[in-house]
Amino acid sequence: MYSSTVMDHFKNPRNVGEIENADGIGEVGNPLCGDMMSIYLKIENETITDIKFKTFGCGAAIAVSSMLTEMAKGKTLDEAKKITNKSVAEALEGLPKNKLHCSNLGADALHLAIQDYEDKKAGIVRPKPKREDKHDHEEHEGGEQCTCPYCNIEVTEDAMFCTGCGHMLKSLH
Amino acid sequence: MKLINLDYLSANPILPEVQEAMITAIRADYGNPSSPHQLGDLAAEALQKARESMARLINSPTPQEIVFTSGGTESINQAIKGVVLANSKKGNHIVTSNIEHNAVLRTLRRLRMLDYKVSSVAVDENGRVNPADVAKAVTDQTILVTIMHSNNEIGTIQPIEEIARITREKKIPFHCDAVTSVGVVPVDVRKLGVDLLSFSANQFCGPSGVGGLYVRSGTVLWPLLDGGVQENNKRAGTENLIGIIGLGTAAELALRDMDSRIKHCLSLKKKLIQGLKNTVEEIFINGHPDLSLPNLVSVSIKYIEGEGIVLMLDEEKILVSTRSACAAGALQASHVLLAIGRDFADAQGTLVVTFGQETTEGDIERFLTVLKTVVQTLRDMSPLYKK
Repeated sequence: MYSSTVMDHFKNPRNVGEIENADGIGEVGNPLCGDMMSIYLKIENETITDIKFKTFGCGAAIAVSSMLTEMAKGKTLDEAKKITNKSVAEALEGLPKNKLHCSNLGADALHLAIQDYEDKKAGIVRPKPKREDKHDHEEHEGGEQCTCPYCNIEVTEDAMFCTGCGHMLKSLH
Repeated sequence: MKLINLDYLSANPILPEVQEAMITAIRADYGNPSSPHQLGDLAAEALQKARESMARLINSPTPQEIVFTSGGTESINQAIKGVVLANSKKGNHIVTSNIEHNAVLRTLRRLRMLDYKVSSVAVDENGRVNPADVAKAVTDQTILVTIMHSNNEIGTIQPIEEIARITREKKIPFHCDAVTSVGVVPVDVRKLGVDLLSFSANQFCGPSGVGGLYVRSGTVLWPLLDGGVQENNKRAGTENLIGIIGLGTAAELALRDMDSRIKHCLSLKKKLIQGLKNTVEEIFINGHPDLSLPNLVSVSIKYIEGEGIVLMLDEEKILVSTRSACAAGALQASHVLLAIGRDFADAQGTLVVTFGQETTEGDIERFLTVLKTVVQTLRDMSPLYKK
């Protein structure tokens, strides 16, 4: 089901854990969509010197988190902002189609963590980052098609039910 | 290291006697049971023998009430769509429960697209339907009640006899999806009083791709497949004779060995549940403590997700399932676990452990040892786990 790179990162995840007094924290996802991810950053001279993750989710979600931390470590913030869900998936040699939908939280969590750092630096006080209640299609990059998680056929983003299997999709949007 | 299969529900091993019967059947080069010549007669005899074995297993009054199909899914589709289409002039309402298998749920969802109305009865925290709720849900428009015998995710066995008393009094056809029960626990269609009952050979160590539907004489239903007059005019198409012969042999063995299989499984189940409680903190054992399948244990493990557990156990040559295998690609919390009150996160961390005659106490012990490590590894990675 998964590529050997995905399995390698799932079995030997890199950078698991939390960073005490992290400079930036990003949390995304919710159990409804199957995955939750927290990213912790240590930042010096606008460069990510350390990064750790904690993830609740399937094999793909764990592999995405691990790969993402490897890709971001040592990068400047400007470079790290260019990491997309698509580039993480590509580095993992692809993910199953029905896993793209919910596993692509990695880059979102990273970008939120950077935002958190920049907000703190600018003195902007935001309420403690809240986990998103809904899965937002706008957040996805890479232009992947929205696919029905039940039968895997392509559906439009506003479809009420899947034209292939008839499953109600409204709750997913 | 030997492979430990604790995922019988996805695919039961085919018993050696069943393999033997099927190989012999392939070599015998049977004809078509519908042909009037001597090869056809041989095939028809073999078909009839299997039908009789199957009828004995579920205590069907006449073998002709057994319709062979391609498995549980077809049987369920045939029962529901067949009865609904044949009775659509009488009403448009169907009663079911909210923990049915997808074969039932999605069939009903499809019928809803044709403006049939469905009432779904809730279950209690052990996953049991209250027959009184079924009685309340039935209207004068109800043309079918469909409730499963045992649940494929949590194992809970339903009060089918009581529900059948209600449907018989109101003369409403009652279909029972007994796929996970037939051949595993005693299922007696006369005692249950159901009109239709679905089963699958693989659940009692026969081959996949073959199953059947019990149809009580006098039950009106449209065939899903039109064509020839096979299966008493209820299922067209040349029979899967090799598969059906395998099913027949598996049915004989299931009837002969049922008591000893149940005893063996119950002792493993007890050991497994006790072991889980002693080994892993913060878990739920799902399903009814007594009224449930002897060969299934469902456990929700807090703070972690099931697929990760399955993949890590697989590395250690231990095979288990998270929710039902058919749901594994669905990425949504199991409707069954939500129905019995688990929250989304706990439902995601649920394993379904199923086993059989070949499973040993040593297999259970090894599973528990490896599981302990896997759970800790994944919990250390989880943002929900604070220790």
